[in-house]
Amino acid sequence: MVVFERPHSLAKVPMHYCPGCTHGIIHRLVAQAIDELGIEGNAIGVAPVGCAVMAYNYFTCDMIEAAHGRAPAVATGLKRADPSKIIFTYQGDGDLASIGMAETVHAATRNENITVIFVNNAIYGMTGGQMAPTSLPGQVTQTSPYGRDVSMAGYPIKVSEMLSALDGPEFIARVAVNNVKNVKNAQKIIKKAFENQVNGKGFSLVEVVSSCPTNWGKTPSDALKWVEEEMIPYYPLGVYKDKSAEKEGE
Amino acid sequence: MSEKVLMKGNEAIAEAAIRAGCLHYFGYPITPQTELAAYMAKRMPKIEGGVFLQAESEIAAINMVYGVSATGKRVMTSSSSPGVSLKQEGISYIAGSDLPALIVNVQRGGPGLGGIQPSQSDYFQATKGGGHGDYHLIVLTPASVQEMADLTGLAFELADKYRMPAMLLADGTMGQMMEPVELPETKPELIDKPWALTGTGMKREHNIVNSLYLVPEQLEKTNLERYERYKLVEENEVRYESFMMDDADVCVVAFGIAARVSKNAVVEARKQGIKAGLIRPITVWPFPKKALAKAAETCKAFVSVELSMGQMIEDINLAIKCSKPVSLCNRVGGMIPSPEEVLESIKKAAGGNE
Repeated sequence: MVVFERPHSLAKVPMHYCPGCTHGIIHRLVAQAIDELGIEGNAIGVAPVGCAVMAYNYFTCDMIEAAHGRAPAVATGLKRADPSKIIFTYQGDGDLASIGMAETVHAATRNENITVIFVNNAIYGMTGGQMAPTSLPGQVTQTSPYGRDVSMAGYPIKVSEMLSALDGPEFIARVAVNNVKNVKNAQKIIKKAFENQVNGKGFSLVEVVSSCPTNWGKTPSDALKWVEEEMIPYYPLGVYKDKSAEKEGE
Repeated sequence: MSEKVLMKGNEAIAEAAIRAGCLHYFGYPITPQTELAAYMAKRMPKIEGGVFLQAESEIAAINMVYGVSATGKRVMTSSSSPGVSLKQEGISYIAGSDLPALIVNVQRGGPGLGGIQPSQSDYFQATKGGGHGDYHLIVLTPASVQEMADLTGLAFELADKYRMPAMLLADGTMGQMMEPVELPETKPELIDKPWALTGTGMKREHNIVNSLYLVPEQLEKTNLERYERYKLVEENEVRYESFMMDDADVCVVAFGIAARVSKNAVVEARKQGIKAGLIRPITVWPFPKKALAKAAETCKAFVSVELSMGQMIEDINLAIKCSKPVSLCNRVGGMIPSPEEVLESIKKAAGGNE
């Protein structure tokens, strides 16, 4: 009996991610959702600029590589070209919450029927560990060597809270992948974010609190501890907006 | 026979695009091209599968174009100079991913916010690349409302054929003027696009639309292959109009509104006994190099008439290898040279060589 296997929509190629990085887990959860919903042949994914830039090699569905931050606009084009396709973006915090904030907010407020996987690891990974829009107050990075000084660099952006204040988006949730329980929950939420699109409900974003041992300068296990002790208190997990559930509750 | 109607240039582009099978339009408001977006906003919802979307920015609009183009469907955006600057990043990605698309630039005076009156000062940006990296656009320059319509259809065809973005380089005058126009019939010739993102259907390997190649040998290869295609474009797609050039001593070179003014000046010069002629590039990339080189064999002098500080004049000098004097007749900032000003320049050019 097979108890665990590679999802079909996750390509059989070695990934370039660092040891202990949680991108691998998140890729798997996305692929699993695609498999379970049977949408691989109909899906088109949008890769970001950042650590996941080569995600186009890791998913077996059709893929496109967007410019930095522009994935939601590219996804809008793909979806408007053929609304029957399942379109998802996979973006990091610099991509989605800094350079691409306008594209994110406007795709959300238009309630574009797309799925956005937003990986928040509080740092720019690909370029070697610079301060991200989501870096925590006091967090030491290459470009905040004395710790993020909020009087100079401002405060981290809480994307899920911010987007859930909009009337447009269907579904906004924040999950984490630092332990088995959270991974299990993330799996459920990510699947729902795709299911919403299949059911024509609209913009569904899942913020995944993630780790970056390499650029945080921590061992993989210490990094997961830091997620638990520092990141999750600042970025509380939960479903921030679920328009369909709200309607049912009325 | 097609119908003949009175239309603004901006609207003629919009209608011609729809007739060319472009059912997706993305834009952001900017003068003097607004009528184009307004026309699309009105028409697209009435057409099956038609999409008009006002994007949050020019940057978003061009990236939406990138997304649609990747699915193989015809798509366009339009803007004016400052907005086209914002689109450059996206245009570079579209060129780097070998996708077709139409970008319309109804030029206005610059630099910076500039003004809202006609200009041709985005010539360098349009013909030399514009964004980062080695690439070209097919750049078409209409000189009448009829050409606004005709060149729109042609731009889509060429973009599809050579898998590269095309630009309609118009100006505020062309956008705003009204003229009778015979609209093309609705019979777009669509070609097969096996590279398009249409979903694998679990029947084929996945298609990837991408411009990232971290291995330098691979990136070099994509550049070389692209330039092989550009070579074909230069060989096959040069278009220009030749007017009174058979025995010309002075060759005026101008496109768009500058060409219309120049034509009057050439006719007047002939009346006054000066053998003037006009070469009007319709494609400014590829540039009609051969036509100019041939003209240089018999003409004594060239006059470049431009609504810029002298941009196309560099291409003229290159085409004729600086073998004959080339003078500049120009107005900028939204001003247009008068036929008298052009005539003066023709006279000077003719006189200087006698």
